[in-house]
Amino acid sequence: MRSKPLTLKILDIASLLALAVATYLALIYAPEEATMGQVQRVFYFHIGTAWTGLLGFVFAAGLGVVYLIKQDLKWDIAEVAAVEISAVFFFITILLGSIWARPIWNTWWTWDPRLTTAAITELIYAAYFMLREGIEDPDRRARFGAVYTLVGGLSAPITFFSIRLFRTIHPVVIGSGDPGATGAFAMTSGMLLAFFFALFTFTLIFVDLFWNRVRMGQLAAKVEQLKINLMH
Amino acid sequence: MLLLDAPPDTSAYMIAGYIVFFVVAAIYLLSLLVRWRNLHEDMTTLESIEKESKVIPQKTVRTAKRKGANKKTAKKK
Repeated sequence: MRSKPLTLKILDIASLLALAVATYLALIYAPEEATMGQVQRVFYFHIGTAWTGLLGFVFAAGLGVVYLIKQDLKWDIAEVAAVEISAVFFFITILLGSIWARPIWNTWWTWDPRLTTAAITELIYAAYFMLREGIEDPDRRARFGAVYTLVGGLSAPITFFSIRLFRTIHPVVIGSGDPGATGAFAMTSGMLLAFFFALFTFTLIFVDLFWNRVRMGQLAAKVEQLKINLMH
Repeated sequence: MLLLDAPPDTSAYMIAGYIVFFVVAAIYLLSLLVRWRNLHEDMTTLESIEKESKVIPQKTVRTAKRKGANKKTAKKK
């Protein structure tokens, strides 16, 4: 395996620096929200991770389509990388949401349409890895994985639009949501800066992790091929 | 008066949120590092086995040739 490309090294450092700045903006620069207090600061990373998580699931579905057309395992490696990183990001989203909900909704969890669809999405992708583990043939595994991500990818827009389509207590920060939502707030310019910078940071981190994870997938494929060669 | 009320103290939840974020992110990065290192070790081991398996058949061919040559000289004698 070739050593890490310089661009990727720069991207690694840029991601870490961006994360440091995003943390500063979220924790110190952005003003305290008047009704929720400090816990509102969780929102910046909650949305950032949700954004990359859901976008990553849709991206993985796209990579699945490309695999089905091209039948080349390199697209499968990329698809797995996208799903894995998105699943980690989305898991963080759910945890942060739950921590925010405790003081605001007075509960860690409620079966609200947004929370339910989010939990289902995460479980769909946990099952994706179980499915892959159960198939030994690489081509068959890739084909099943591609079809699965294609169907599973539908859960991302459903989760995104759930708070805009159904009656919910989950707030909609951008655009108009349910009037019965609890925890909605108007963003000041300082908050908007922290918000958009968090979106940018998590997109950058996603790209960086994706590149690193694809390289790891390529190495794993080489190891697997060497094992097969030695057995024959 | 209501407008002058201080916001509730929810800082413990904020700290918990950011700790959870950094801990989960660190665990994931660590898992990537460990998997990467294990794959590298596997690769090195497999490559050395592959080299050995290439060297061993050549040795056996050479010894077989030598044995054949010895038999011929023995017959001549």
